[in-house]
Amino acid sequence: MRILRAILSVLVRAGAFLRRDRKAAAGSIILFVLLVITAFPKWFTPHDPAAEIYTPGVGLSWSHLLGTTSFGQDVFSQLVAGTRQSVMIALIVGFISTVISVIIGITAAYLGGWIDDTLSLLTDVVLVIPTFPLIIVIVGYVKSAGFWLMVFVLVFTGWSYGARQLRVQALSLRNRDYLLAAKARGESSWYVIAVELIPPMTSLIVANFLGAALYAVLAASGLQFVGLGNINEESWGTMLYWAQNNEALQTGLPLWALAPGIAIAVLGSGLALLNYAFDEVANPALRPVRATKVKGARV
Amino acid sequence: MRFLARRIGFLLVALWAALTVNFFIPRLMPGNPAQAMMARFHGHINPSAIHALEVAFGVNTHESLLSAYFSYINNTAHGNLGISLLNFPEPVATVISHALPWSLGLVGVSTILGFLIGTVLGAVAAWRRGGVLDGVLPPVFIVVSAFPYFWIGLLSIWLFAVTLGWFPILGGYTETATPTLTWGFVGDILYHSVLPAMTILITSIGGWILTMRNNMITVVAEDYVKMARAKGLKPRRILWQYAGRNAMLPNLTGFAMSLGFVISGAILVEYVFNYPGLGFLLLQAVVNEDYPLMQSLFLLITFAVLIAIFIADIATALLDPRTRSNP
Repeated sequence: MRILRAILSVLVRAGAFLRRDRKAAAGSIILFVLLVITAFPKWFTPHDPAAEIYTPGVGLSWSHLLGTTSFGQDVFSQLVAGTRQSVMIALIVGFISTVISVIIGITAAYLGGWIDDTLSLLTDVVLVIPTFPLIIVIVGYVKSAGFWLMVFVLVFTGWSYGARQLRVQALSLRNRDYLLAAKARGESSWYVIAVELIPPMTSLIVANFLGAALYAVLAASGLQFVGLGNINEESWGTMLYWAQNNEALQTGLPLWALAPGIAIAVLGSGLALLNYAFDEVANPALRPVRATKVKGARV
Repeated sequence: MRFLARRIGFLLVALWAALTVNFFIPRLMPGNPAQAMMARFHGHINPSAIHALEVAFGVNTHESLLSAYFSYINNTAHGNLGISLLNFPEPVATVISHALPWSLGLVGVSTILGFLIGTVLGAVAAWRRGGVLDGVLPPVFIVVSAFPYFWIGLLSIWLFAVTLGWFPILGGYTETATPTLTWGFVGDILYHSVLPAMTILITSIGGWILTMRNNMITVVAEDYVKMARAKGLKPRRILWQYAGRNAMLPNLTGFAMSLGFVISGAILVEYVFNYPGLGFLLLQAVVNEDYPLMQSLFLLITFAVLIAIFIADIATALLDPRTRSNP
């Protein structure tokens, strides 16, 4: 009963937050729609996305909303079918990277000393090594990166930014009175970290999840675009790969190449808008100001 | 001095980490792809080159991992990067030296331009809080930052090259022209670089704008800015000489941090435009299984980024005494 009430109160607060913040509301709606498409792609696909049975190279029409490819596939159905992979990459990489960031960032800040020095050095080194060339080299040996290899390399390269940010915030909280009080009460380290240290950092942790998810979507689509993903999987990145390889732009089929990019951007904007809203929660100074108020203040 | 020592120490550790990662990646891969590559080239290249490749990739050698590691470090330190299989028998270093100026020109210039323009726009946006720039720029660039970098390139090709025909679709220069140092050829190069440069500029500028704006908002609230206003200094002077200078400092560090992202984006932009730089070469090497070239390019790009970060750190320290006393 208490758990139910707690969940209810979180939902109510989330609802109030969304009503106040238009960026967050727009981001949530985008992500919700994409999640529904991910869960039930069949509801939205008028045609079989893989079937090469339609007139090739057709423009916009009611039967083919975004036209067809030069292989005779329906572009809109491919777009819908590709949603799942990008959303899953975003969620899974975002989640695993965030867990690693939290563990490394908070361990470093909480334990301090040589452990902090070592973990910070590791974080900084991973952070400065340019990720995309590294991913290309790793995947270059395997030739075609399936879903889980993709998840692995993206997590491997994507956790460091969050770990660094979380460490800084945890450091600033570490010597606050309420934490020292908990320690003085004789609480275990686990209790102090889980109950006292992590909750105030929630907004930053969520922001990190969103940032890592955005990074994953963009990097994965880039890899697939250059043909390093599995070119037979249905995804937005592989659509771009086939469009580029068949010179869609030059042969009068720009929608084939442009539509998947817009789809990636819609997912990315959803994540980025939410991220920005969480930034403003964490740092009230960044919130938008009303123009009239500023005029008064500027004098 | 302690600060400098720390930064040099970090640079060395990061360089070493990149070298080591580069050494171990081919050895950790399942199915030994390097061996497959060697098999393809056996009989085509001379035995001493084969041996060099074997040492580099740990194939058929009875050497211990440790001694292979040291000979690899030794080779790399002497600029001995091996032979490119894609452009056989040219050494990797020669192949890279052909592509390097293209990337330095395109990516270097557009990155620095993006940083400067973005910083100025961000400062002005924060200065006129609630004004047009402040209201429009952040949401626009949130959306732009969500587009894949290379897609902006595709869009600009479709719009400005295919549909309007203003610019060439791809390449670094007209293929029929002979590369000479004449005004005509330089103009041709510039003409070809407009679209790729614009793509990098558009995709990288948003980050600088947003971070500069956010720093600036914090700085403008500081007492010394109020003091400057109270003294009746000209707003322009307060903006650039007082607030802007200080708000830029974290952005310099940010420059270092996000350089890796910019380079990553630039690789794909070069690919989209078939621009003859390092990124395009890297993907060519991957497709053609030219592993020596691929690994050397990874090292080179990483080293370039690390050194740029080092320079940005030193610049920050020179400009901001606080970072020196409190590392």
